[in-house]
Amino acid sequence: MTLGARTLAVTSGKGGVGKTFITANLAAALAARGLRVLVLDADLGLANLDVVLNLHPKLTLHDVFTEKCTLEQAILPAPGGFSVLLAGSGMVEYSRLTPEVREKLLKIIDQVKPHYDWVLIDTGAGISDVVLYSVSLAADVLVVATPEPTSLTDAYATIKVLAMQQERRHIGLVVNQANRVGEGKGICTQLNAVLTRFVGTRPGGNAFKLELWGEVSSDGAVRQAVLKRQLVMEQYPGCDAAQALKALAQRLSGA
Amino acid sequence: MIPSSSTAVAALRQLQLDDALALLEQAGALLPDAEPYSVRWLQGIVDALSDLSNRDPLTGLVNRRSFEMTLEREIDRVARAGEPALLLMLDIDHFKKVNDTHGHPAGDSVIRAVADAVTQSVRPMDTVARTGGEEFAVVLPNCPSSFGPTVAERIRATVAAMVVPVTPSVSVSVTVSLGGAFAPQWIRSSPLLWMERTDRQLYRAKAEGRNRACFEPQVESLVTADEKSMLFAVNTPEEAP
Repeated sequence: MTLGARTLAVTSGKGGVGKTFITANLAAALAARGLRVLVLDADLGLANLDVVLNLHPKLTLHDVFTEKCTLEQAILPAPGGFSVLLAGSGMVEYSRLTPEVREKLLKIIDQVKPHYDWVLIDTGAGISDVVLYSVSLAADVLVVATPEPTSLTDAYATIKVLAMQQERRHIGLVVNQANRVGEGKGICTQLNAVLTRFVGTRPGGNAFKLELWGEVSSDGAVRQAVLKRQLVMEQYPGCDAAQALKALAQRLSGA
Repeated sequence: MIPSSSTAVAALRQLQLDDALALLEQAGALLPDAEPYSVRWLQGIVDALSDLSNRDPLTGLVNRRSFEMTLEREIDRVARAGEPALLLMLDIDHFKKVNDTHGHPAGDSVIRAVADAVTQSVRPMDTVARTGGEEFAVVLPNCPSSFGPTVAERIRATVAAMVVPVTPSVSVSVTVSLGGAFAPQWIRSSPLLWMERTDRQLYRAKAEGRNRACFEPQVESLVTADEKSMLFAVNTPEEAP
């Protein structure tokens, strides 16, 4: 393994479950701990990290891909004290995984790793080959799901594919928009039960484990921050959601 | 300096709109009901021109350019929302024969009749387009996979049952071949790829004898019924008494 940043892919299966919201606020929570954090927007088809952060980038990943600018020029400071590399529009043409896209993404990750403590990869929705590939670039995976049945089904499908295709044995889960305390734990137990039964383990291999990394409640502060296109970590640092994200950052940075 | 509104209107009056107005009149578009050269009136003219440039003049359906934009939006929506969308492409069988035997005005009547038949066979939320000479396409948002063959058969049967009068004494009947492909959530497609996949099915329908519909085999769900029922079992280990 190359030295440098720890890499974490944030994915969800279903779109619209708050994947980008969790990524951006987790990045802010890690940055608040004094860590150097880069968020790479790998949602090549439907990037909206710029919308969540209210940024209007002049240079994006697209410009890096087309060699209109250097990687350094396209990395921007975001509110919350971390850096971002936004996908921007015009990336749809890269939303199919060609060898060229593979190589470019891999090169970018390798180039940024020495300069940061954490690289968070915000993947697209769905289980397309680009999503699976961008997840494969990270050492760790965080799956974001809501208690909604469609989100759970898609999260399950994603975890299953990652466990089977990438032989991942350890995946983190954040239950977003939790309606009550303890809901995340119940969901994680349920997912683990189905995974143990259907994903199976190779003889001699380690058992699969989905671990609950956090439960973010759907409080009013989150809705306010999202509508105002601000980070909940900055605007309402005392709210339950912000506390949950701080705890997640603490857990990840192992302090 | 901001010009007074009367200066602004005077400036707008210098716009050369003769061609635009002639175009709208020829297309039978309604001119906006507002003071000529007011901002509202100009907005209406621009809207009417945009509408005109998105439509096929013969059938009034959306044209290929506009349709590709619709497909792009639909792909984005599917990726976010998850409900599958269906793209159907259809082609009038042996259309050249109609033109050769009865002349181009007869061909035009047949195309208009097919356009009406397709529009009547789908939901108002579906977009029907004329994408080429005798080619049409329909995008059906929120379309469950079981619904695909049903709607394709409805279109096929409606067209086959049609009798189109082309002269006072002559009527013609035509059939269509259809191809269909879904845009499932986990395939981040592009309008071009989606149309290619659908076109391959249309080609198959033609090769298998025309007047029929062929569909791309559906990718099986990643989550089986057994897994789903266990995932949503009422007595979760946490909640068991």
